[in-house]
Formats: sequence, structure tokens, C-alpha cells
Amino acid sequence: MTLDKLKRKTPAKITGFSCDNKDLETRLREIGFAEGDNIEALHFGLFNRNPISVRLNGAIIALRRSDASAITLELVESSSSPIDIKSARVTRVA
Amino acid sequence: MDTVTSPESGVVTPIFADKTLRLALLGAPNCGKTSLFNALTGGRAKIANYPGVTVEYRVGHFELPSGQNVELLDLPGVYGDCGHSMDERVALDAVRGNLEGQRAPDALVFMMDASHISTHLHNILQAKQHGLPIVLVLNMMDMAARDGMTIDIAQLEEKLGVTVISCVAVRASGRGALIQFLDAWSGDVLAGKADVPSRAKGELKDLQAQARAITATTVKRVRKVETFTQRIDQFVMNPVLGLVLLFGILFLMFQAVYSWSAPMIEGIEAGFAWLQAVVESVIPSGWVQSLISSGIIAGVGSVIVFLPQIVILFAFILLLEASGYMARAAFLVDTLMSKVGLNGRAFIPLLSSFACAIPGIMAARTIEQERDRLTTIMIAPLMTCSARWPVYFLIIGAFIPDEKVGIFNLQGVVAFGLVISGIIFAMIMAFIFKKSLTRGESSSLLIELPSYKMPVFKDYLQGLWDRAAIFMSRAGRIILPASILIWFLASYPSNATSIRETFAGKVGSVLEPLLAPIGFNLEIAISLIPAMAAREVAVGSLATIYSLGEEDVDGLGTMLQSAWSLPTALAFLAWFVFAPQCLSTFAIIRKETNSWKWPFFAFAYLFVLAYIAAGITFHAATAAGL
Repeated sequence: MTLDKLKRKTPAKITGFSCDNKDLETRLREIGFAEGDNIEALHFGLFNRNPISVRLNGAIIALRRSDASAITLELVESSSSPIDIKSARVTRVA
Repeated sequence: MDTVTSPESGVVTPIFADKTLRLALLGAPNCGKTSLFNALTGGRAKIANYPGVTVEYRVGHFELPSGQNVELLDLPGVYGDCGHSMDERVALDAVRGNLEGQRAPDALVFMMDASHISTHLHNILQAKQHGLPIVLVLNMMDMAARDGMTIDIAQLEEKLGVTVISCVAVRASGRGALIQFLDAWSGDVLAGKADVPSRAKGELKDLQAQARAITATTVKRVRKVETFTQRIDQFVMNPVLGLVLLFGILFLMFQAVYSWSAPMIEGIEAGFAWLQAVVESVIPSGWVQSLISSGIIAGVGSVIVFLPQIVILFAFILLLEASGYMARAAFLVDTLMSKVGLNGRAFIPLLSSFACAIPGIMAARTIEQERDRLTTIMIAPLMTCSARWPVYFLIIGAFIPDEKVGIFNLQGVVAFGLVISGIIFAMIMAFIFKKSLTRGESSSLLIELPSYKMPVFKDYLQGLWDRAAIFMSRAGRIILPASILIWFLASYPSNATSIRETFAGKVGSVLEPLLAPIGFNLEIAISLIPAMAAREVAVGSLATIYSLGEEDVDGLGTMLQSAWSLPTALAFLAWFVFAPQCLSTFAIIRKETNSWKWPFFAFAYLFVLAYIAAGITFHAATAAGL
């Protein structure tokens, strides 16, 4: 399936790009879309449920459905990654 | 380490103690470049133009603890190295030293929002291709930690082959490590001894794969069920509530501009009235007194009086920008914009145009598709720029009663209506342009929605101060000379018994027959000519023209009430929705489009619309018996 068909609260993984427009693919990649990334649809606009906003790794990115159709996905069963809230720390080794 | 050292050959420039290190700040939009820039340079920046293209960038200077001088460039936000928009291309040209008359920077400071490292790490692999010494600054480490992220910096450095500094740009303690590093690094960079990272190999797809492999082992993310930003977005990004909220914010903004500014405006008006009284009592009657009182104080004062309202307007705009809301507004209005063939990205240039069309037209550079950029440029002058506010404030204050309509202030409602009219006409014109002149497929919206953050108070004040300073310097540079000129033209020849016999009257009477059908009198015709220099000069000119004719200066608004009919006042407001004035706007359109066709076309269509709108307003109001 493609990103424009993704429902909310349905975790998915990016499998690739399917567009004739190389420039669009480059722009999508530069802003952060890549194969293997987890992705989740967050919000849809009022008119024709367009545009959409997606959570991509740590970032939230907005795009139109027509462009989202260039991103191919597969659904993943469960989104939960191992959770360890207590280990929230930043290391810096000199 | 995966790096090569640049050759220490005789080609390397010899080091001088006073040699300035040139650093460029590179990174994605919203990663905190400007905060770091302000913090390091103390906000003392020079806005500079790149030669050839009118892209502004900020240059600041600061001194490292070692005494090394640093010149810091704050560049527009860039994700990768392809340069899709004009904005990105110029930032990349600056880094590559491709801009005429500009030396390439000595080294790059690549900033990245630490929370977004998994999304954006490939961007630094792309930046390594520039072949300059580079350091990766991971900003907002505190927020990343709060969201449950851990980053193994030592391992990250090793895998990237680049020094990585963790940073909280907005706090002095958070910048310590960066300054310490720069202190040691600056000498190496200037001596040509700093490591230049080896270029990453492969296409963008491969770089992404490399970056993902690096973050997979160095970044641990604890996925929280709901972050702060997501919780707020439940409301802000809700399709219905979000639009209601956006509309509410804009409405509140315009209400605040009126109700909060009133006491300050009265204070400033009283101050100028006092000043005029002093001048008239100290300086004997004659041309000197007239020049200072009627020319300079009336002209400049009538514009400066709007400073509080300008400041309040910007207080809102800057807050929306700094908090991260603005990109959401672009999201919410994108579909509305796409109906007229525009793009949500055009929202930000258009909103900037509410301050001034000039930065707005330049901000259109972020729009990737040329056709969209042209359309945005052409409608930007329809946004209610701050130079129109003095005109609106004056006429609304004089002719619209200060009453409550329900819970709203009627004056605020009228101002809001004028702003909305500008927007509606902009949308109609955009639609027409997209169907004719700039026909073609529309570009896409691709925009990152930053996390919500508390604006940094110092940066906020700095931004507000910059805007107020721009407004005040316009008052000095444009409005002061224009006021003196109009005073001269409206005062001489000295045997003139009425405004009609003065030089100004003679010029105005040429335009008068053209403007009479839309209800404009001679004084308006006169005031519209110097308003070509800046729209708000119309107010200063009216103040000068009317204060010359009157014995008592009892406020310009009061004078207009007796001199103008209500239909004339309303027609004047309608004219200023379009206001085919402001030469600077046409000059910037000429520069940004690199053609004479577009500025002339913009002038022509704005003039025709202004004329028709004023005419319809005048005759409709007259027919309605107002």
C-alpha cells in the first residue's frame, strides 16, 4: 500500500518509493523518509482529509496525499519498541 | 577515525593573529540556528544581501575566549544538498563559495535538533560532501532527554568521523562545550590543520542507509505513549477545532492591536501635540516654525503614533512563529490554498507580508515550484502590510464609532473585515493567475511541524526590537524627507491662498478628475503621490496638508471628520486594501522575478482593482445614504 491510504493509529514501515518524479523522491528523502522507517499517520486536514501529518522517527512531517502516494508501506503488527523510561540519559564520553 | 587531514602545504594561507574565522551555521529549519546565532553574537547582526540575488542573511561577530574573532553566518534552513528552492540554493551557494564577492566559509557548524537525529542524520553525511571542516552540534539535548532519548555521542563521533557536540543553544551552560570546542578548533581551521571529513560514498539512498545504521546503534529511544507536542496537536491539528482556533487567534490578534494600544497611542499623540505647542511658542511665526510644526512633527508624528499597534501585531506574529504554531497554520490552510492553486507553504510568506510585502516576497523563495512562487509574489501586496495600518487606524478611528457590537469592538471588526477583504481578493487573483499567467501543475506541500516550544524571551524581544527599529528607521529615512517635501509643495508659492494654488495642488489637480468619480478630493489626490514612497506617507501627507490649512491642530482624525464625507472615507479604506503604492514592493518584485513584466503587471492590476473597489464603495455608501 501507499502512504496516502494509511489510516490513523496504524503503524507501518516504509518499503520504498514509487514515483516517476525523481525530484519528489529526493525531496522526500532529504526531509527524512527512508526505507525501513516506522511511520504513523497523525492528523488529516478538513477538506478531503488532506493534507496529512505523519510521525516519522522523532519528527512530524506534513504532506499532501498526492505526494504521499509516492511512498510505499507495509503494515507492522505492533508498534511497541522496548520501553525503558528510566534510562533517559545523555552520554558524552570525552 | 574516518577522516583525512588536509595537506599542510605552502598553499595554506599564513596565519595572522587578527585573522577572522568565518563560520557558517547550516542545518534544517527550526533546529535552533537563530537562537545559537543570537546567543553567540548577542543579537548584534548585520542583515546583508547576497550580491545578485536578494536573499538576506545575517552576519554577526563574536570573540572566543582565546581572543579569536569569529564571523558567523546564519543561513536559511536546508535539509540536504540538492537545493530545491531558491532559498536552499543560495544557502548552498554560500557554503560552496559560489556567490560573487563572497569567500566560502572556513568551516561549517552543522546544527541538528537532537530529537530528530534519526530522521535527519543523513543530512550531515550530505554536508560532509562540501569538503570543509565540519562539526555536528546536537541542539536541544535537554528536550531529547526529556522525551526519553539517549545518544551515545562517542560512538556517534567515531561512526560519523565528525566531532559531535551536545548543546542547549538557549542556555549559557548548554553552550559551554561548543565554545570550548570552537576555541581549540579555530586555530586548527585557520592553520588549515583541521580534519576535513572524507566524503561519504553513494547516492542519497545509500547515505540514508548508512545514517540509519549509525542511529540504530547510537540512539536509543524510549517511545512515550504521548508527547507534549502530540497532546497539544490533538486540539490544534483537529480539522475543525484547529481551523476555529486559527481563525480565533487571528481575530484576537486584531482585537488586541486595537484595545491594548489605545492608552499608548494617546500618550504619543499628547507628546507630539506638546512638542508642536513648544515649537510654536519658542520659534517665531514664519516658514521655520511651519516647517518644523506642520511639516516634520505633524508628518513624522502621525506615523510614529502607530508604533504601539505595530509592536502588538508583531508580538503575536513572532510568538506564533517561535512557538512552532506557524507550520501548523500552513497545514490547516493548505487545502484552502490549493483550491486557488497555491500551496500551504505560501502561507508563511503571505503572513510575513502582513508585516511588509518585501520580506514576504523574499520569503516566497522557499516555494519550490517557480509558478507557485510567482503567484505568491503577485498576491503578496494584497496582504495588509504594516504600512497600511496607519491609514486604517486613522480612518477607522475618525469615522467608525468606538462601539461594542455584541462582545466585539466595532473598529476591530472593520479592521478585520479589511484584512479579510485583502485575503479574499488575493485568493481570487491567485485563482485567476493560476488559470492564466502561471498555469501549470501545483507544487506540493512538504513541511516539518516542529515541536512546540516556549519561545526564548531574549530572542523574542530581539525580534520585536528589530521590527520596531525597522518601522522607526522608515519613519526617519522615508517619511521624514517625504514630509518635508510635501510641506514645501503644499506651502509654496507663498502667495497661494488655498491648497489648490500651491505646487502640490497643481500636481494633485492633474489627478483630481481621474479620482473624483470614486469620491476622492484634491487633498487625497495630493497625498497619494508621495505615498508611492511608502504607503503610510499618505497619513503624514494628509496631516501636513490639513495642518497647514487649519489654525488649531486638533488631531488629524477630527479634521478629517469635518473635511470628508463618510462615503469618501470608506472609499479611501477600500482603495488601501489594494493600494497600488510602495515603489519598494515593485522594486523587489523586479529583483526577485528578474523581469520588468511582473512589477508593471502588479502595479496595473492593483491600480485597476483599487479604483474599482473605491468606486463601488463610494457609490454604494452614497446610495445607502451614509
